[in-house]
Amino acid sequence: MSSQPTEQRNRSNSSAAGVLDPPEKRDSSPSQSKELTEDRETLVKIFRQMLLIRRFEEKCAESYSLGKIGGFCHLYIGQEAVGVGSISALREDDYVLTSYREHGQAIAKGITPDAIMAELYGKATGCSRGKGGSMHLFDKDVNFLGGHAIVGGQIPLATGVAFASKYKETDQVTLCFFGEAAVNQGAFHESLNMAQLWKLPCIYICENNMYGMGTSLARAMSFSDVAQKACAYEIASEFVDGMDVLAMRHATERAVKRAREESLPTLLEARTYRYMGHSMSDPGKYRTRAEIEKYQERDPIKMFANKLKEQNVITDADIAGLEKEIKEEVEHAARFADASPLPDPSELYTNVYANPLN
Amino acid sequence: MAVLTMRDALNLALKEELARDSSVFLMGEEVAEYQGAYKVTRGLLEEFGPKRVIDTPITELGFAGLGVGAAMAGLRPIVEFMTFNFSILATDQIINSAAKMLYMSGGQFKIPIVFRGPSGSAYQVSSQHSQALESWYAYFPGLKVVMPSTPADAKGLLKSAIRDDDPVIFMEQERMYGMKGEVPEDEELTIPLGVAEVKREGKDATIVARSLMVPTALKAAEELEKQGILCEVIDPRTIRPLDIDTIVESVKKTNRLVVAEESHAFCGVAAEISAEINERAFDYLDAPVKRVSGVDVPMPYAKNLEQLAIPDVERIIAAVREVSYS
Repeated sequence: MSSQPTEQRNRSNSSAAGVLDPPEKRDSSPSQSKELTEDRETLVKIFRQMLLIRRFEEKCAESYSLGKIGGFCHLYIGQEAVGVGSISALREDDYVLTSYREHGQAIAKGITPDAIMAELYGKATGCSRGKGGSMHLFDKDVNFLGGHAIVGGQIPLATGVAFASKYKETDQVTLCFFGEAAVNQGAFHESLNMAQLWKLPCIYICENNMYGMGTSLARAMSFSDVAQKACAYEIASEFVDGMDVLAMRHATERAVKRAREESLPTLLEARTYRYMGHSMSDPGKYRTRAEIEKYQERDPIKMFANKLKEQNVITDADIAGLEKEIKEEVEHAARFADASPLPDPSELYTNVYANPLN
Repeated sequence: MAVLTMRDALNLALKEELARDSSVFLMGEEVAEYQGAYKVTRGLLEEFGPKRVIDTPITELGFAGLGVGAAMAGLRPIVEFMTFNFSILATDQIINSAAKMLYMSGGQFKIPIVFRGPSGSAYQVSSQHSQALESWYAYFPGLKVVMPSTPADAKGLLKSAIRDDDPVIFMEQERMYGMKGEVPEDEELTIPLGVAEVKREGKDATIVARSLMVPTALKAAEELEKQGILCEVIDPRTIRPLDIDTIVESVKKTNRLVVAEESHAFCGVAAEISAEINERAFDYLDAPVKRVSGVDVPMPYAKNLEQLAIPDVERIIAAVREVSYS
């Protein structure tokens, strides 16, 4: 793998093992994983985390419909491989910043399901003390620097976190997630320009799920090869099968190496798909049931389970055991959130200023 | 005491704070090699090097957001806008990120950042370069807004802003960079944010003024003294948090209040001060609070029209006479 973007491209017009829509042509085919190089413990951990996120999000949908979660609630179901695979390539002290669809990435970075669910329930025990909600999860202890709810707003912030690592001469890397709709924002282009100009250790991961709310990629982006946009800034980039968790992990490992050793940014475009609406209030009339089912055939959890079973890493009985454990973990989170106290009314006025002056 | 221009007082504050704390860095358009569009950052590149004094591309949203991110990770950025007019492009990051980060993270991420640069009217630079935006930024809880009116205040307040753990909007006045004044030489001397100063004592009427309107109000007060009206001139210095107590105390004494400002009256800072006085000192007023504000039009280019758009000594005098029924 070279660090030069142009050399990274496989020139082909194939739709690469079902990742692309048939009429869609790309200059590059997405990276996919080949043989398993990780040890069993790592593989099972990755699988377990994806499953935990899926079940956690299903529980969120249930709690939302019961009125226990308020406001907007954007679920990650279908996209688990992107967050889990890429974050699995990080060191614990690396940073993650992301958008408002961040429950899954928060779990992958190490915030507990209890603290996340409590935040969604608006409780004092939540990871943002009940002041952020679904779109603003934060945990300084695991360097999860937020959920940000203005499309693309986290991209300059992440660039600044990477700037600080370089300034302080630590070798920490920053991972920044955003949807493909954010690529149309100026913030994306301004950030990539500065990241390469100043050689910042930031990895930009575009989760291309092909819809910005209800507007399809085709209706919103004049040139839809997101990975290739990196060429405008001479940034290394890679187009990755975002339903393939190990492909995400390996592509991120390459980017992490580039960031940590050479202090250079990378743009990864992960092709993925969200099964649910944009948020819980989206009836999803802009796409067909058949389209959703087509993508569900390449479900990231099912594909990885099959791969692990083929390679004799886990058995159906192992999976059943994990399901049982995870069900209890998610139910525990919901019970914890339910039982937790609301923020004290005095909390309304705290944390407006670090130094309130009067 | 040294006599310095506002420009050099600001430069000295930057220099002292860069020397004092290695987590402080300065970035903005033309701040380094060009020495600053208004020369406020003159000599800093040479003294502190390109790691800490950084020329940015013209990308206000991007570098404002980069600064906020750097602050989340423990640095103390000073972000210069060549003028606050250009900060309009960066408002998403100032308002949605800097102002709210501490709150929505439940107190985990403070944002010690200063956004500074010239603001208000200049000399015939027309509509897009002559805006006084303090009421915009002062509107948002989470931000602090500072506007100095003397070189000594500029230095002491900027040092406090840089040391403060919250995002501070520090608005300098483009016409005042060459204004001279005495500045204490003590490097540790800072002026606390949120504390107004009585710039002139008087018993007959209170004039609250900020930034460029302070010297204008002081001239008006001199003229009014000749006419037998003794004005108290108060400079809040910090717009948010506003030291309303000092203004209330003055109004209780003078029973009359004029607020002078360059910005538009509608939804402005003078309107806020007027409302506060209405709530806190209504019974002490002998006349309605009078605002003297920038005219409610975009800034025109022609010199005569520009002069008509900004409050001057005569308009302040007329306002004080009106509230004094004289």
